[in-house]
Amino acid sequence: MATFQRHRAFPWLLLLPQLAIVAIFFFWPAFQALRRSFYVQDAFGLGERFVGLSNYVAVLTSALWQQALVNTLLFSASVALGAMSIALLLATLADRVLRGAKGYRTLLIWPYAVAPAAAGVLWLFLFDPSLGIISRALGSLGIHWNQRLNGGQAMLLVIIASVWQQMSYNFIFFLAGLQSIPASLLESAAIDGAGPWRRFWTITFPLLSPTTFFLLVMNTIYAFFETFGTIDTTTGGGPNNATTTLVYKIYQDGIVGLDLGGSSAQSVILMVLVGLLTLIQFRYVERRVQYY
Amino acid sequence: MHNVTRVLASTAMVSGLALSTMPAMAATEVVWWHAMEGSLGEKVNEIADNFNASQSDFVVKPVYQGTYIENMTATISAFRAGNPPAISQIYEVGTATMMNAEGAIYPVYQLMADSDQPFDPNNYIAAVTGYYSTPDGEMLSMPFNSSTPVVYYNRDIFQEAGLDPDNPPTSWPELAAAGQQIVDSGAAACGFTTTWPSWIQLENLTARHNIPFASDANGFGGPSARLEFQQSDAVIQHIQNLVDWQQSGVFNYGGRMDQASPQFFTQDCAMLMASSASYAAVRDNSANFDFGVAPLPYYPEVIDPPANSIIGGASLWVMQGHSDAVYDGVAAFFHYLSSPQVQADWHQFTGYLPITEAAYELTREQGFYADNPGTDVALEQLTGGQTGEYSRGIRLGNMPQIREAIEGELEAALNGDKSAEQAMQDAAARGNQLLERFEQSVN
Amino acid sequence: MRYRRPGLDVATHVILIIGALIFMLPVLLALMASTHTLPSLLSGGLALLPGSEGLDHYIQLLTQPAGGVAVPTWRLMLNSLIMALGIAVGKLTISIIAAYAIVFFRFRFRMLCFWLIFVTLMLPVEVRIVPTYGVVADLGLLNSYPGLILPLIASATATFLFRQFFLTLPPELLEAARLDGAGPWRFFRDILLPLSKTNMAALFVIMFIYGWNQYLWPLLAASDADYATLVMSLRRLTIAQDGVPPWQLATTMTVLALLPPVAVIVLMQRWFVKGLVDSEK
Repeated sequence: MATFQRHRAFPWLLLLPQLAIVAIFFFWPAFQALRRSFYVQDAFGLGERFVGLSNYVAVLTSALWQQALVNTLLFSASVALGAMSIALLLATLADRVLRGAKGYRTLLIWPYAVAPAAAGVLWLFLFDPSLGIISRALGSLGIHWNQRLNGGQAMLLVIIASVWQQMSYNFIFFLAGLQSIPASLLESAAIDGAGPWRRFWTITFPLLSPTTFFLLVMNTIYAFFETFGTIDTTTGGGPNNATTTLVYKIYQDGIVGLDLGGSSAQSVILMVLVGLLTLIQFRYVERRVQYY
Repeated sequence: MHNVTRVLASTAMVSGLALSTMPAMAATEVVWWHAMEGSLGEKVNEIADNFNASQSDFVVKPVYQGTYIENMTATISAFRAGNPPAISQIYEVGTATMMNAEGAIYPVYQLMADSDQPFDPNNYIAAVTGYYSTPDGEMLSMPFNSSTPVVYYNRDIFQEAGLDPDNPPTSWPELAAAGQQIVDSGAAACGFTTTWPSWIQLENLTARHNIPFASDANGFGGPSARLEFQQSDAVIQHIQNLVDWQQSGVFNYGGRMDQASPQFFTQDCAMLMASSASYAAVRDNSANFDFGVAPLPYYPEVIDPPANSIIGGASLWVMQGHSDAVYDGVAAFFHYLSSPQVQADWHQFTGYLPITEAAYELTREQGFYADNPGTDVALEQLTGGQTGEYSRGIRLGNMPQIREAIEGELEAALNGDKSAEQAMQDAAARGNQLLERFEQSVN
Repeated sequence: MRYRRPGLDVATHVILIIGALIFMLPVLLALMASTHTLPSLLSGGLALLPGSEGLDHYIQLLTQPAGGVAVPTWRLMLNSLIMALGIAVGKLTISIIAAYAIVFFRFRFRMLCFWLIFVTLMLPVEVRIVPTYGVVADLGLLNSYPGLILPLIASATATFLFRQFFLTLPPELLEAARLDGAGPWRFFRDILLPLSKTNMAALFVIMFIYGWNQYLWPLLAASDADYATLVMSLRRLTIAQDGVPPWQLATTMTVLALLPPVAVIVLMQRWFVKGLVDSEK
């Protein structure tokens, strides 16, 4: 790209707002988290004591943090799998119908615009143990639904609400991906006698692999970070921490529990974890998918 | 930093005075952060307005700051930023955190002594103020909205099940039998449910049976206290009973905080264990049935008669960092707040307990208890019993999370994931870790 | 023409319609519930059809405080709108000029700036929520619009997308502009901005929805009801203290909370889809 060479101050002027905001609202807090993670501090900030790595040791050896890690992985995997397979099914079908594909797109993408917290409230209403339509229907089938007591049911509720919300995002990408596959490829396969099922698995699905991989990453990020509102409105992390994810635990320990040192150590660990995931994504997995 | 702010503030005040040509000095503003929503919030505004109208030196300005947790977080961060409110309403489980923040709070007994407001701690109801006082009886914060758990029961369902609505069960065995009869007769799907599980089923259970909840007199002795409820057979037995009753339908767990109460209003459950301050809500939501109020049950084989129950709710803490004029205003306001008229009105409107004997007497004279049967159950239960060493209250650091741990483990036991005993051991282990961290942070 | 079978086509439409209905179900039921009284919801009748209240709950919520929500919902909507617009406009503005500087200028520490900005891509605000709260409190920005907006624009997503877009432009563009004697400012205003219109529209939609739907940050930063947003207030109506959650109002407020972003997405579908799909590349 050709560039302007002789302007020294102008680019800095252009960068200044972004750099200032990133410095104040990103690097400063990130640095604070790092610093605080080595201290134990009372809630009012009246005194603090350097404790070295003991906050980290406490976090990593805590059964509750380990449970939150397992919850997060289980939750992310379920959301990604659920939201992606439903989206792929619907997108494949919508791609088949030449007329009306846009109409179906309109009918299916709007949940993307619904706030995770609002999605939580919608589904909580359906599953409320005393007046929820679904919980009552399940009750008449002999299934006692009580997400306030049953951790598995609580997790299922959070997953359903998140899949419902995230499906539309995946649908948009799968549909765009499908529409960019040249029709001639599929037609020639059809002439060779391949049925729709085989055509999908031998041609369409492999060609979608970059999209699929991209969505896998995005769904994981969504489940890690953006579902705070869903969890907070539906289960509050319970029962007995069954739906407490890593982000939710940072909030609980830091804001509700006022344990700044422990919560900061969790933040730093999560930053490292996400950083590593991002690196792996760029370095290895993406390349392999491209050469697939 | 605080000194700088203070100097700046006083400079500003002096120059403000010099410039002022107004004949009268402007009234001193006293900011009061609270967590009372809806009609309670309106009542708070009304109290402040009446106080402001009663004198001209001070203006109390109430500001709603969200839930208890949100208000406490906001208060702490405002203090750290050097700009705290003069008064903040902190829920009872935040008490240990507040009282250990010595540089941040201004103890009420000291405040009242430093200003010249008349103040006699003996006028207050000991079962209420005890929660917020040092072991020597020095009041650290001003009790404001205190309640204690009681049992609300559906008189219609009792009738239908063949029980006497005028003689509700008083002991746990009687209550379980009544619940069984209700379920067996088909009068309701469940016998009873509970709100605030840790507060009612553990904290109040131990208090009423004078069982230690934690060492060092339930934490009143200092931040080295550790949990002890798990060592009591009576406690384990009670949790085991809850598990059994959950199985048989006598009990149905409805979630934390107030999440269980709709089950009572939909008449799915015949009895509801809830705060005495829920009286108005129960009255408003029971259009389809008659209800009664009974005291919290006890196990006669453990203790008879039972000790008093303990309170929940919140108290008013005074924050450091303000001028003497502001503190004079706070003291004057607390004096006003403690007057029998204000207290009696607050008590009758909200269902929270009166904090002085005089307010209780006044309410009785006004015929309120006679007109609203059941409203005196809470106060009798709180003041009637013999106060034991472990029925004064609980004062533990990180108490909000200890409650989380207890309720989480209780949920695991009720769901059949672990035994009652294991659940209580695990809850105590988790709680003790939190207590260790708290002790570390305040030393 | 693809190889097709008519029977399969009918099945396809049926499954798609069922799928669309299932996805609409929660919102439809909430819409119905919002027209019922609370006793009617509690009494156990399935609220599958409109109830007796019509738009009463909407009028009630929009004009008066309810439950734990201390201000009327119109005020919440206004705050949400200010926050969403602030985030969308703010992020677009600082991002496009930053991307312009990085792509079209050579200067010392250019790569350092690039990395300083792009490292923010990896860590959403949720991870550093507690220290961010501390920083904003120290700056005295709690309970203010800047406090609600600024921490959420400290991320490089938009900068990254503009950079990608600028890199696809032909280099001759700049040469031609230079020959015409255009300086950096004129080049930006007269050539780059018009070319970026589509991308800006797409990003605007995405950022608006992102801003409107924020939950955790406003919950912490706006403890004062005057700055509360609509989405953060939803939970307040599902946990009534000492009573039954007013579900008739909770569903009403949820409908009000999801209408504006859904309207934006449906009306601006073309931009939005383009913006999203482009961001992949």
